[in-house]
Amino acid sequence: MLSFFIRRFLSAIPTLFVLIALAFILIRIAPGGPFDSERQLPPQIEERINAAYYLDETLLSQFTRYLGNLLKGDFGPSFQYKEYTVNELIFTGFPVSLKLGSLAMLLAIFFGVACGSWAALRQNQTIDYFLMTAAMTGISIPNFVLAPLLVLLFAVQLQWLPAGGLGEGGLANLVLPVIALALPQVAYIARLTRGSMIEVLRSDFIRTARAQGLPTLTIIYGHALKPALIPVVSYLGPATAGIITGSVVIEQIFSIPGLGRYFVQGALNRDYTLVMGIVVFYGSLIIFFNFLVDILYRWLDPKIKL
Amino acid sequence: MMPQNFSFFRLLAFLLTTTILIFACQQPDIERASDSDYGRIGGISGNELNDVQELHKSNGSEPQTLDPHRAEGVPAANILRDLFEPLVMESPTGELVPGAASNWEVSDDGLVYTFFLRPDSLWSNGDQVTAQDFVFGMRRALDPKTLSSYASILYPILNAEKINLGEMESDALGVKALNDLTLEIRLVAPTSYFLGLLNHNMAYALHPESVKQFSEKFSRAGNLISNGAYVLKDWVIQSHIVLERNQFFRENSQTIIDKVTYYAIEDSNAVFKRYRAGELDFTQSIPARQLDWIEKNIPSEYFQSPYLGSYYFGFNTSKPPFKGRPGLRRALSMVIDRKIITDKLTRAGEQPAYGWIPPVKGYEQQKSNWASWTMEQRISKARNLYHEAGYSDQKPLTVEIIYNTSQDHKRLAIAIAAMWNETLGVQARLLNQEWKVFLQTRQSKINTQVFRAGWIGDFNDPYTFAQLLHSQNAQNDFGWYSQEYDSLLDGAAKEIDLLKRAQLLQEAERLLLNEAPLMPIYFYVSKHLIKPWVSGFEKNLMDHTYTKDLAILKH
Repeated sequence: MLSFFIRRFLSAIPTLFVLIALAFILIRIAPGGPFDSERQLPPQIEERINAAYYLDETLLSQFTRYLGNLLKGDFGPSFQYKEYTVNELIFTGFPVSLKLGSLAMLLAIFFGVACGSWAALRQNQTIDYFLMTAAMTGISIPNFVLAPLLVLLFAVQLQWLPAGGLGEGGLANLVLPVIALALPQVAYIARLTRGSMIEVLRSDFIRTARAQGLPTLTIIYGHALKPALIPVVSYLGPATAGIITGSVVIEQIFSIPGLGRYFVQGALNRDYTLVMGIVVFYGSLIIFFNFLVDILYRWLDPKIKL
Repeated sequence: MMPQNFSFFRLLAFLLTTTILIFACQQPDIERASDSDYGRIGGISGNELNDVQELHKSNGSEPQTLDPHRAEGVPAANILRDLFEPLVMESPTGELVPGAASNWEVSDDGLVYTFFLRPDSLWSNGDQVTAQDFVFGMRRALDPKTLSSYASILYPILNAEKINLGEMESDALGVKALNDLTLEIRLVAPTSYFLGLLNHNMAYALHPESVKQFSEKFSRAGNLISNGAYVLKDWVIQSHIVLERNQFFRENSQTIIDKVTYYAIEDSNAVFKRYRAGELDFTQSIPARQLDWIEKNIPSEYFQSPYLGSYYFGFNTSKPPFKGRPGLRRALSMVIDRKIITDKLTRAGEQPAYGWIPPVKGYEQQKSNWASWTMEQRISKARNLYHEAGYSDQKPLTVEIIYNTSQDHKRLAIAIAAMWNETLGVQARLLNQEWKVFLQTRQSKINTQVFRAGWIGDFNDPYTFAQLLHSQNAQNDFGWYSQEYDSLLDGAAKEIDLLKRAQLLQEAERLLLNEAPLMPIYFYVSKHLIKPWVSGFEKNLMDHTYTKDLAILKH
């Protein structure tokens, strides 16, 4: 077990390094710089600004400088928001995304697993067809279509819920974004659960349980659910990391100040340090969640050796 | 057979519906039949004030900073105008009026301005606003270490340019405090628009102690000390900025609105939805596609008025096919039917532009000589010019129009390409680029042929437009240089006599229109949606609104 921890930790280092290097190169390749604006600067001023942000150095020395600061846990100053550091921005944006994302994920897991299991139990019956059609629709409708529709209906027409923003931090502001974020996930998880549940329900130990006359609910909760969840869990790792670090589209549509929105605006503004910071943060989270998933696997299926 | 867990799901569905309903009931929004049905505004008298004096405004993109000397762009300037009081203020209609200075004197040669500050003008911590604070502010704005990208706007002040470029120490600046309440500013040359410049955030005073104490974090909520009608209360990046009444403001008793929130929302469709949902009282933009709906359903909430800006297409005159070919450039400009563009495409009351400089007071607007011709006359003249340049139906001109990605720019570029093709047979390709990529392409002057652009005046004077084409101007993306034009502009910059100055600038514009390095398309309008309970709003050319001049009526 301990050697597993150490192995995973060590293998994360080169992964992160490659991620940082790639992100660094990619954002620098993008044409246009952080200080390009409609109003051009006199060359002397431009030089000064570039020097202040070390943009006058070679790419390699900028990269090593960045890595050095990163080791100290310093993501550097934001190029766009002059008086903020990237650390500060991540720590203000992440809690917002985390709240939104975990609510959406909880909702998605609960309804996804429930609907998937139900459909599996009624395989090839009306309810199964109905649920799977709904799920297919949910997967196919992109959330940049779904979200404005929800806003139009619930905020503009019915005026029940706010159309965007975080307001005073009330729950009402979270309802629409959470639903828009969760629906496609509900659909995806439902399909995954159904598939693996059907397989599990056909296996010998379930047949044995049925033969012993156990009630359906006991069979599902007590025996079938755990093994059926394995593919769902492997999907959940990266999905959770993605959702809690901010849904790029949803946060943009609802003007929610989370990491996803920072990332989009950062990319548009060529805020090199902010984009890099979020990429590194996101990358580390994905690695961490994959690690969690491996541990969950072992709990779900003792046959898997770590 | 009923599924055994059916009731379980019915329970869930019920729970979900109830939750949504509970949230819905928490929204303290008024029920109403349609968007324009608000009931009686302003109580019985019509002017009764609301108990809650809070204003919610959309404000475009997120400001980069609220440091007045590093801030750029309209969104930051909107907020800064509420926070700070410059020497010279604006009335609701945009006239220059005394601000932190109660009055001023100008020397006969127009080179020395003396400002007399108000003794009752205080910072938001109760400190006196002194002439030294303005000296501190302007020195800081020009200090190369401040890294201000807008400092060049203060170059009319004596030695400002040298200081900004690091060639002189900042105490040589022509801004001196004669005593605590008297400020003297010396200029390089008489600059007739100088008072207008002092209204710009680059000329704001700062509270020296707080700037020294918090260094680059002085402009954050909690640290920022300002001398305007409002103080910075809260700033949630990428969400909103909250300002509250400044108890120490000298005219605090006349301020009605207690709290104003500026929301950072770029997308005008999102703004529109939040306005309709009742979350915004005042918008900075409207989606062009919704104009029909707005005019039909909420015409009384829609405000548009001329705005100091020109929308234009520029030529890269440093490269073929437009290098040294003013005739060809004129021909392409002539055949654009601007009336169709403003009537059918932009549709918000924009004025077709036949000259470069928008209507400004004290300046006679210039037009290309062909502006009064009929379309037929223009087309036949343009065909001649087109043929003279060596192009014909057999050998058509092919050009590339580049624009920054946006539906509105795209539609306009398509229309212009079609007009060129129909009248002259020009083959135009359209290329769109993301904003920063576009800026770089345009500024490099290597691959561009025709590019889309717009220019918003920094101050209410023709010079802010004219200088764009000066050969020394970094913004000259046209690669167009004319000694004659430069000398007319330099002459105007030194001229004290306002009439003569205007004449010089007018002559320069005529020269420019004849050379046609750019094709003016239309003059901008500012567009707002304002709820009927917001009173005190006045249209003005600069589109500057001060929250202290507004009030919320009972509703």
